[in-house]
This record gives sequence, structure tokens and C-alpha cells, in this order.
Amino acid sequence: MADTAPVPLLRVDGLDAWYGDSHVLHGLSFEVRDGEVVTLLGRNGAGKTTTLRAIIGILRQRQGSISLAGREIIRHSSNAIARLGIGYCPEERGIFASLSVRENLLLPPVIRSGGLSLEQIFALFPNLQERVHSQGTKLSGGEQQMLAIARILRTGARLLLLDEPTEGLAPVIIEQIGRTIHELKRQGFTIVLVEQNFRFAAQLADRHYIVEQGKVVDMFENATLERNIDKLHAYLGV
Amino acid sequence: MFTILGIPSQALFGQLLLGLINGSFYALLSLGLAIIFGLLNVINFAHGAQYMMGAFLTWMLLSYFGIGYWWALLLVPILVGIFGLLLERLLISRLHHLDHLYGLLLTFGLALIIQGAFRIQYGVSGLPYGIPVTLAGGQNLGFMFLPNYRLWVILLSLSVCLATWLLIEKTKLGAYLRAATENPTLVQAFGINVPRLITLTYGGGVALAALAGVMAAPIYSVNPNMGADMIITVFAVVVIGGMGSIAGSIVTGFALGLIEGLTKLLYPEASSTVIFIIMAIVLLLKPAGLFGRRV
Ligand SMILES: Nc1ncnc2c1ncn2[C@@H]1O[C@H](COP(=O)(O)OP(=O)(O)O)[C@@H](O)[C@H]1O
Ligand SMILES: [Mg+2]
Repeated sequence: MADTAPVPLLRVDGLDAWYGDSHVLHGLSFEVRDGEVVTLLGRNGAGKTTTLRAIIGILRQRQGSISLAGREIIRHSSNAIARLGIGYCPEERGIFASLSVRENLLLPPVIRSGGLSLEQIFALFPNLQERVHSQGTKLSGGEQQMLAIARILRTGARLLLLDEPTEGLAPVIIEQIGRTIHELKRQGFTIVLVEQNFRFAAQLADRHYIVEQGKVVDMFENATLERNIDKLHAYLGV
Repeated sequence: MFTILGIPSQALFGQLLLGLINGSFYALLSLGLAIIFGLLNVINFAHGAQYMMGAFLTWMLLSYFGIGYWWALLLVPILVGIFGLLLERLLISRLHHLDHLYGLLLTFGLALIIQGAFRIQYGVSGLPYGIPVTLAGGQNLGFMFLPNYRLWVILLSLSVCLATWLLIEKTKLGAYLRAATENPTLVQAFGINVPRLITLTYGGGVALAALAGVMAAPIYSVNPNMGADMIITVFAVVVIGGMGSIAGSIVTGFALGLIEGLTKLLYPEASSTVIFIIMAIVLLLKPAGLFGRRV
């Protein structure tokens, strides 16, 4: 049985992580299959951002196993991990003030073919096209978020790590980002989405992992979400 | 001959020219310092020693190998730049996770060692280096005599500064550099080898210092202290222009050279201090420097 299951695209197993002396992740495990959209849900401070930072290799103090299509990457430096095909969109967005919108968009190097062309990206985010010559940080919060997502679509990375892309944005913008993620899934991208807003997540994801105090404590298929709504509310404290 | 503000034109233009020459060196040297500081957060105290190495290597190439000025202009920045790459890889990179005071102390120590080594070997009296024959002589402009070599130094410095500015502001490599100056962690998470970028940047900054050294060899006497004398003024230029500002260090370098030259004419007693007086005023009014960003 198990031996017929395909290798997951991303498998995190028993992940521990630290900031200095502070031990933040405690044996966190989850997996993502090719083409899936999976969310990490959890309260503030549960360790979702830390998990993404550990996967992409920004957080060096980590132990356990992270494998990408069966290949162990926990010893790799973050530039090597990115080049294996992971695109990272940080919670703080990380738009560069000294770069124009166009330069921000073209910054991440193309690592393999199959990424979106600039035309495709502008079709997804028409606002960006009008503002290519602006300074990156002169954009509105919503536009900066779109830029942060857009720039990792060119590179050919097939696994995207998106950290709270809807945080602090107006409902119309959230809707546009939702449509975009939906379109990316349709195009075959695999996405790990960190969210606080599970109503947003429920429209997009195949499965939801609940993170609590540095561990994955539960998992729901999206189809069973309604049935488990009380449990979910308890986990998220809403 | 005519007079301007009661100053004979000959003297005025002579001092302005001298100011532009000094400004050419200030600009090249502070540019290298600014680039290095921007990305490495290291105040490269060895910059003056690397400039001096450039001048010495120029002299050595000619004296020991018969290799002249034009080849030196190409070879010396490459050789001293490689020395810089090694320094960064072997020593400076090890301090990267520490406070940038450590980098300053390390490069300060390196400067003392390098200068000491040259002093032991060559003494302090200074070695002569002739102006390349193609650039001997000068132009009589009527109101003043313009030596060809000095004109060349100004033009070369201007072009190198402009090319460096274009490289940083208009190219892909420059975009990597600017982005990594802001947020190296994220740039690396996009797949760019930031440690290698840092090494190359240091090497590039050092190569600029060495290039200034080659240009200086025929003008100033080649001696182990030439960098130490120059670098104090250049640090003042960098502070006035704003730490890490590329355009700022170029403009400030030339401007302060000119101001220094004019002061020599109008109030010679202050000519060696005017830059530091300006630095004090700028620090009081605009602590980040005239073109400074954050910090
Ligand atoms: N840079 C840091 N240094 C120390 N502790 C941190 C740092 N970043 C986050 N933490 C701590 O790690 C825990 C998990 O944070 P985080 O991963 O950001 O949570 P989430 O993204 O789920 O809100 C929190 O307790 C937080 O205070
Ligand atoms: Mg977070």
C-alpha cells in the first residue's frame, strides 16, 4: 500500500528550530503532494512563519528532515534550496526600496524553464504593469503583495511558500489574490499557504494543517472543514 | 592674463585644477569605500594601504619587470583586487556575523601590517615614477598651462566613477548589489550566492583603490605613507557624502577637492582643515550625510 504512494513534493519530518536559545519548533511534520495547495493555520506565534523560514533555509538553527521530491535539503544553504525550485514570499513582503518595480520583478534568477513570462505575470497583475518604473516601496500595500508573489512566478520554481499574503489588505485585493492563487493552482503550482484567515484558505486549499506551539496538531481535508468547524474555532481561538 | 575677484586667473585656475586632481582621488577612493560599506557594513580601514599598494605595484612592475604605465593600469587593479578577494574570503568573512567594529579593527590592523611591511622594505623617502611619455607635456590654454597627465587623471577618474555608478544603478549585477545591501538574507533565499557577491564587491572596491594608486604614482611620490595621509581626508569625504551613498561619494569627492583648492587660494591657513570643518558642520546639521540614506 504505502509503497505505491508517490513521494510527496515536500516532506517536513520532525522539524525542530531555534532563535538563539529560544526553541520554537518542536518536531513539526507535514507533507505536500505535487500540485496541492496546503495551508498552515494557527494562532499568532504558533510557528508558521518559522516553518517557512526553516524550509527555505533562512533560519539556519534547525534539525530534523526536510525533503524536496525525496531529496534531503536541510543541510543546504538558502540559495541552493531556492535553486532546487522553491519560491519564497515572506510575511513582510520584502520589496526592495532601492529597486524599481521592474527590477524587483526581475531580481530572482530564473532557475529552470517553465516559469511565467512577463506577459503572463502582467495578465495576472495588471496594476503592476502600469507601475513598472515606480520605486518598489512606493506601491500600495496590496500592490507590494502582488509584486512579492509575482516575482517568484518567473523563476520556474514549482513550489511556492506564501506567508500570509492577505494580511492587512482590503477585501477587494484579498479577492484578487485569491483568484491569482486559484489560477496558479490550475497551472500546476504546488503551494504552501500560511493563513490566519481560514475562510480565505477554505476557498483555495486541498488540506489544512493546524500548527500549535511549534507542532502540527491536526489536519483536515478541505471537504471536511464544515464538519469540523467547532474544532477549528477552538484551535484558532476565533 | 586677467584677474577674478582680485585673484590672478593663472593662480585661480591652477588651484582649481589642483583641487580637481585631488577631487579625482577623493572620489575614486570614497566610491570604493562606500560600495564596500554598503554591502559588507565594514569600514575598510585598509583602503589607504590598498591604494598605496597600487602605487607601489606600479613602481615595482616598471622597476623589476620593465612593465610600463599602461599595462599597470590594467594589471595592478586586477592583482590588488585578487589580494582583496583573498582578504575577504580568508579573514573578513569570518567576522561577518559580529558587530562591524570588528571589521574596522581587522582592516585597521591589516593597514598597519601592510604599511609596515612596505616601510621596512622601501623606507619612507619616496620613489620616483615618471609620467608616461604619451602624456608628457601639456596644453597652453592661454589663461593657464594644463599638463596632459593631470587632464588624463581627471577624465579617467570621471569615467571610472560614471561607469561604476552605471554598473550599480543600471545593470542586473547592480540590482543584486543594491538588493543585497538592503536585505541580504532575502536575496540569498532567491537563489543568489550572496557570500560570493560580497567577496566580489570587496575585491571590486579594492581594485578601485588600486586604480587610484596607479594614477597617483606619477603625481605623488610613491611611499608607504601615501595612503595613510590620503585616507583620513577620504573618510571625511565619505562622512560628508553619506555612508554608503554611491552618487554622494562621487559628487562630494570632486566638490571637496575643489573647495580645498579654493581655500588654498583665499585663506591658505585653513586649506588643510576646511574639509574637516565642513564635516563637523554636516554632522551637526545632517548626521546621515548630504546624500545619506538611513543608518
Ligand atoms: N527573530 C525572532 N527571534 C526570536 N523569537 C522569534 C523570532 N521570530 C519569531 N519568534 C518567536 O517564535 C515563535 C513563532 O513565531 P512565528 O513563526 O513568527 O509565528 P507565526 O508565524 O505562526 O505567527 C513566537 O513565539 C515568536 O515570538
Ligand atoms: Mg507569521
